[in-house]
Amino acid sequence: MIKEQKIALINAGKYNPESIAEYLKLGGYQNIEKALQKNPADIIELMIEAKLRGRGGAGFPTGLKEKFTNEAVCERCVQKYLVCNADEGEPGTFKDRIIMEQDPHVLIEGLIIAAFAIGATKGYIYVRGEYTKSIHMLRVALQQAKEKGFLGKNILNSGFDFELEIKLGAGSYLCGEELTLLESLEGKRGYPRIKPPFPAEKGLFGKPTLINNVETFTHLPYIIEHGAEHYKSMGTEKSPGTKIFTISGDVNKPGYYETIMGVTLRSLINDLAGGIKGHKKFKAALLGGAAGTFVDETVLDTPMGFDSLKEKGAVLGSGAIIVMSEERSVFDMAYSILAFFKHESCGKCVPCRVGTAQLMILMDKAKENSSKKSQILDHLLYEADYMAKNSLCPLGQSPILPIKSLKQYFQHQF
Amino acid sequence: MDKSALISDFEPAKDNMLNILHRLQNKNPNNYLTTEDLKFVAEYLNTTYSSVYGVAEYYSMFSLKPRGKNIIRLCKSPVCNMISGKSLIEVIENVLDIKMGGTTSDMLFTLEPSECLGHCALAPVMMINDKMFTNLTEDKIKEILEKIRNNNPTQ
Ligand SMILES: Cc1cc2nc3c(=O)[nH]c(=O)nc-3n(C[C@H](O)[C@H](O)[C@H](O)COP(=O)(O)O)c2cc1C
Ligand code: SF4
Ligand code: FES
Repeated sequence: MIKEQKIALINAGKYNPESIAEYLKLGGYQNIEKALQKNPADIIELMIEAKLRGRGGAGFPTGLKEKFTNEAVCERCVQKYLVCNADEGEPGTFKDRIIMEQDPHVLIEGLIIAAFAIGATKGYIYVRGEYTKSIHMLRVALQQAKEKGFLGKNILNSGFDFELEIKLGAGSYLCGEELTLLESLEGKRGYPRIKPPFPAEKGLFGKPTLINNVETFTHLPYIIEHGAEHYKSMGTEKSPGTKIFTISGDVNKPGYYETIMGVTLRSLINDLAGGIKGHKKFKAALLGGAAGTFVDETVLDTPMGFDSLKEKGAVLGSGAIIVMSEERSVFDMAYSILAFFKHESCGKCVPCRVGTAQLMILMDKAKENSSKKSQILDHLLYEADYMAKNSLCPLGQSPILPIKSLKQYFQHQF
Repeated sequence: MDKSALISDFEPAKDNMLNILHRLQNKNPNNYLTTEDLKFVAEYLNTTYSSVYGVAEYYSMFSLKPRGKNIIRLCKSPVCNMISGKSLIEVIENVLDIKMGGTTSDMLFTLEPSECLGHCALAPVMMINDKMFTNLTEDKIKEILEKIRNNNPTQ
């Protein structure tokens, strides 16, 4: 039996998120005091030592990202920015929403620590426009943190200044991609930028910028408090710490569950999500959302970590787990996610604009004539592979992920 | 209404574009951005009308056409789709006698599709304005829409 273990959600549900007084009673903002007494470079070393990896999907080492941003310019006087990616839009994912709605202060703490570490004096939380409750909670929390002197000039007499602002998205999945997010933040259409340069070098308004996911930031206060060794004692060697898994679909208790990295899909489904609904059999899970991968029962006992899943041709992604029982059709699910990509393609480059439409044409053909379904998979693969090689941004490079996994695990059940 | 007063808490900086457009749209009883709004924003941010138009047109939450008082955003993303089947779109279309994307003639409702609204554990879901409605069924939808109708008697 696995149990929940909490870092990001350690205080969620334990206090009224509209009351900083209650948060302070729980020991809130003490890690800010601790962090501000440290040398910024030591904080970055601590995050590298803890092997903290980004929770936004790609699992990039957070400490290294901080280091690159910090070293992008030698003088500390050059403006640097901190950006929190709260544009959560990957289907099946709702972990950042839970953090923002239930514990906005831990996020603010994490942001202050990261800003201090890289020397950013200005930060933005870019939050999804549809997340009205998250926006409300962040606004209240930000105001209260300002009043208490945790934000603004000379925070806790440390000489460090940090302003934090909320920016709203307006309904574009693509704007969750970091470079597109920066474009949107600058008040432009959400068209992606070419990488490199990376945000660490040339980010918001052309200045060095650190951008991380909401969940990633919430791990910083915990690591400051407990140290790298303790953090690494949780999870796996390559993916330490905890992760919030959002489990939906055919389970008895769909919801969000935070536990250590490296637990198995089987235990997540059975021990935490109450097993498959209606005593049915497990057929498939879509891991990581639309830009994710399908897996079958042979992956049920693989540790859920960035690298262990990769070995199986799967991804952890955002931590979304969409469970499908024996009664569901993987074809129908594939149809929905390819429709999603078509809808969200920005149309700027041809391979993706035409490619996402082409994938749907193939799917519609197969829908009409089900004897074609198994042949269509190779066509889809060919098309998605072309897109992956020629598209301008990661969105066009994404459909290959689910399609390849269908070929690997569901060729005969498609 | 005085537009300048409405957005006076935003500095005239281009990075406030989306926040300003949201504010103006929210204050419009028909939930949309008028040509005057866009011109006003262009002037306020010292940029061109076409660049403001381009932004407003790009993002799905903004509308350049009048919409109903209540914006229904029905999630059509994978989880909601799987749990509900496609039928919920039809339910709403039939109750309101409009097509997806349309607005009722009394300007009370606009029906829009939405991608995952982050409430997949409670699928299927929809939002009406700022409020989430979860675990939807045909009956539940009818009840919700009926209630809104009754609270808005036609003049
Ligand atoms: C199409 C697309 C959408 C994305 N959406 C999100 C998102 O909603 N939230 C997020 O944190 N990262 C998202 N990402 C990943 C970001 O580009 C980036 O990797 C992430 O913000 C880095 O943060 P991390 O290092 O803390 O994981 C998306 C990427 C792509 C390609
Ligand atoms: S890959 Fe798709 S989303 Fe990315 S720039 Fe090209 S068209 Fe736009
Ligand atoms: S798929 Fe509908 S809320 Fe996530």
